[in-house]
Amino acid sequence: MLQTMRDYLRSLLLLELFQGLGVTGRYLFKTKFTVQYPEEKAPLSPRFRGLHALRRYENGEERCIACKLCEATCPALAITIEAEPRADGSRRTTRYDIDLFKCIFCGFCEESCPVDSIVETSCYEYCFEQRGEHIMTKERLLAIGDQYEAEIAAARAADAPYR
Amino acid sequence: MIELWNSLPEVIRILLKIVVILAPLMGLVAYYTLAERKIIGYMQIRIGPNRVGPRGLLQPIADAVKLMFKEIILPTRADKTLFIIAPLLTLAPALAAWAVFPFDENLVLADINAGLLYILALTSLGVYGVIIAGWASNSKYALLGALRSGAQIVAYEIAMGFALVGVLVAAGSLNLGDIVRAQSGNVFTWFWLPLLPLFLIYFISGLAETNRAPFDVAEGESEIVAGFHVEYSGMTFAVFFLGEYANMILISALSATLFLGGWLSPLPAAWVEGVFPLDSGFHWLLLKTFFFMFLFLWFRATFPRYRYDQIMRLGWKVFIPITIVWILVVGLAVVYKLPPWWSA
Repeated sequence: MLQTMRDYLRSLLLLELFQGLGVTGRYLFKTKFTVQYPEEKAPLSPRFRGLHALRRYENGEERCIACKLCEATCPALAITIEAEPRADGSRRTTRYDIDLFKCIFCGFCEESCPVDSIVETSCYEYCFEQRGEHIMTKERLLAIGDQYEAEIAAARAADAPYR
Repeated sequence: MIELWNSLPEVIRILLKIVVILAPLMGLVAYYTLAERKIIGYMQIRIGPNRVGPRGLLQPIADAVKLMFKEIILPTRADKTLFIIAPLLTLAPALAAWAVFPFDENLVLADINAGLLYILALTSLGVYGVIIAGWASNSKYALLGALRSGAQIVAYEIAMGFALVGVLVAAGSLNLGDIVRAQSGNVFTWFWLPLLPLFLIYFISGLAETNRAPFDVAEGESEIVAGFHVEYSGMTFAVFFLGEYANMILISALSATLFLGGWLSPLPAAWVEGVFPLDSGFHWLLLKTFFFMFLFLWFRATFPRYRYDQIMRLGWKVFIPITIVWILVVGLAVVYKLPPWWSA
């Protein structure tokens, strides 16, 4: 009986509602978390998995040896590889396509690669303007690798102690 | 200047006065929408719109331009006339009510003796816009929203009316100017203190009347999309929007006038006579109105929507009994001249 009376009085005096107003009132003056995107960017981990790239050795030779481990491990079947022996007898890819519409950015291709050829860069600002551009061909992947090589190498080095 | 003013025909003079009241009101509505987005954003630890103009100050203009150039879609099976009239029916009463509103000791468009009744009548008219919009759209969601709104307004109109009866008993006048003058003295002789329960109920009923959170079941975007205005787009939607915000400003200004002493200064008149910022005047009314306008936003940022049966319970089984009891209390206090409010 007393409890009922107390509950009734509490709801009548709007105590809980005033408490709620207090919470939002406090938050009104808190520091805001908003990141002003194009001008400010949130920090990225060296493990960030963004756009893919194919790397080269320092002498300019492409790393990929067409072992097809990435193709086999890819859970989304996004990678298509065709390979042939090159004129010098080494095994190289003639086609290396990643379908970015299928790709789920899990990073398994990078994990599986025995020569650290296929990597995921920290680049996440890209778009497709034409149909078919979502297929990343070997040339484009290599170009991205050349463009971001310094960044890629730095990220791998930063993460190396934890692998 | 004064000769020129007096030489104008009466109609022109009234029209000019209307423009002088409505133009700043429309500006206030526009920037109230920005203030809402900013303040709710701040309460959610974000910063709100800040891209259009410095600190987002041109955002309302961008919104208005966008809405003006959008197509007005008429649903095929809708009642075209009513569909177009409905938004006007919500906006017009919200604007017309300002006619009897006293901005200052002598600043009032129509100083009529039935001011409070006129306001009550016009604020009740707003619901017709909502009901007609819901019906004319010929859409399930719109009709549901309109039905909810109708039931809600009927429930809260009574509590609101009773709260106003309390004010009327306390002030002994229906003229809004006289109601303010009856509160003169200092912050403790305003009606919010002796009429505290009625004051709270009036403001909460005001929230319900304007279909604002936490009583926004008529709109209920998470259950019935946008309720009565799902089918509206472009300028027709914008007019609904204007009406809603104009109503919020009206309820805020009325709360300030009826319970917080309108243009009166919170300090005793003898202390502040002639000292500009402290002396009674329009700026105090503005400040009090802004306070209530802020409360509208604060409530929206804080409270989740009431369930429909809870709204009905609150209106019928809580507010109406409390107001009736408190009218009795006020009546006794007036009869026995309870100081300091009715000692004179």
